[in-house]
Amino acid sequence: MPDSTFLDSTELVLNMGPQHPSTHGVLRVILKLDGEKVLGTECVIGYLHRGVEKIAENRTYAQFNPYVDRMDYVAAVSNGLGYCLAVEKVLNVEAPPRAQAVRVILTELNRIASHLLWLGTHALDIGAITPVFYCLREREEALKIFEKYCGARLTTHAFRIGGLLYETYDGFEQDIRDFYAMFLPKVDEYEELLTNNRIWKGRLVDVGILSADECKEYGVTGPVLRAAGVKWDLRKAQPYSGYEKYDFDIPTRQNGDTYDRYMIRMEEMRQSVRIMRQAVEAIPEGPIMGKVGKVIKPAVGEAYTSIEAPKGELGYYVVSDGSTQPYRVRVRPPSFVNLQALDRMIRGGLVADVVAVIGTLDIVLGEIDR
Amino acid sequence: MMATPWESELARELKERFEDAIVETSTYLGQNFIVVKPGSAIPLLEYLKLESDFDYLVDITAVDWPKRADRFDVVYILYSFSRNERLRLKIYIPDGYQPETAVGVHLTANWLEREVYDMFGIEFAGHPDMRRILMPDEWQGYPLRKDYGILQQDQRWVQENLGIESGQ
Repeated sequence: MPDSTFLDSTELVLNMGPQHPSTHGVLRVILKLDGEKVLGTECVIGYLHRGVEKIAENRTYAQFNPYVDRMDYVAAVSNGLGYCLAVEKVLNVEAPPRAQAVRVILTELNRIASHLLWLGTHALDIGAITPVFYCLREREEALKIFEKYCGARLTTHAFRIGGLLYETYDGFEQDIRDFYAMFLPKVDEYEELLTNNRIWKGRLVDVGILSADECKEYGVTGPVLRAAGVKWDLRKAQPYSGYEKYDFDIPTRQNGDTYDRYMIRMEEMRQSVRIMRQAVEAIPEGPIMGKVGKVIKPAVGEAYTSIEAPKGELGYYVVSDGSTQPYRVRVRPPSFVNLQALDRMIRGGLVADVVAVIGTLDIVLGEIDR
Repeated sequence: MMATPWESELARELKERFEDAIVETSTYLGQNFIVVKPGSAIPLLEYLKLESDFDYLVDITAVDWPKRADRFDVVYILYSFSRNERLRLKIYIPDGYQPETAVGVHLTANWLEREVYDMFGIEFAGHPDMRRILMPDEWQGYPLRKDYGILQQDQRWVQENLGIESGQ
């Protein structure tokens, strides 16, 4: 007999991805397993690296604007808003009120679209097939509004530095009203399918716990932080684009597990509707473009501006040398920072939970790899 | 930059406590930043975290100024949940200088510093895992340095690994 047989329990290194449907892109995770137990993970990223920050240094401020949509491509509107606000900050201008209101409506609509894609694929990873069809059906309605507004469904390039390029089309307000009238009952419908579902709870409750202190230690933001009980949302903490005018709640939960993060995102979709409802009834009249010249040439200086993207804090650090091209644009993507906590969340868990935890982090590889 | 001096209780407190270390405390467009001597970044980060509640390290990044003697800015962006306040901490370092790692203070620094190393070639002393993160491990050159051209690439790596004879 050999000293060890295949029955011995030895450590096994298992490669997952980059070509794996539930890594939500081209993420490669190397898992160290003892039977079904995860002893440790290592993430290999960079497969989608396109050098976005380098490209920024070789384009004018306005030319770089469409590139940011290609980072978090399921929330392109949020990326565009973050970049426009960052450049407006170094230019020291502000978008006019009308533009701000339209920006808020479209960004919240995009948050819903992003959360819907997350919910559908997350449920699919867990083994529930139905929600993905429902979610994509409703997301389609949101994408149609983007298409009607600016001609693009995914990489929208909806905003311009200083405001908006396009005035809202006839019937924009009614389309938004129709959307949320249609959408709110649907959220209840998803919840009916999932929230008290025994299998769903069995797979999610107490899986991938990340406490509030750990979140801060790892710089994790967004729904993951709020699920751990920290009531922090940049739209409230440091309002931008007129968010201070709208009445909405920041949902929080206490356990910081995968189920709590699910509950948070469901509630966030309702809160987004609440913001849209207030904004669409009070879009001010007036210009849609601020006082920005044809050539964008900020003074020498630098600024960091961040927004609450669907996945967490999305920041842009813009350094200007006084020319028409940014000297440096640093993107602080929420997914990149959040993914770092994966190891902490999954260590000691089961291999089947890896897929649940990757799903609950709501990562987009285009934003991680840039 | 038309930065103005940053006057506040915290700025005074830091100046008092880290007299020799602080080069500049300024504010620009309503955003506060301090420039400190390269060796003092970590003690300051630690002090800010423990004493002033700047418990969230948002980002670490660098800026390349090839004509300057201290070629790189290394920028730490901090946030405090309790104060709802942001602060940037900067050091200016020459090429080849190895700043101390911040992993001991904020765990999130791990990947952020790896990215700075990957893109700028700034190695952080004492970092537990100083490898490239986005670029392939064997890649030669640091893409975000200003002397690295936009079309430039590691021809050898591309030819060997992707089988593209001419590169680009």
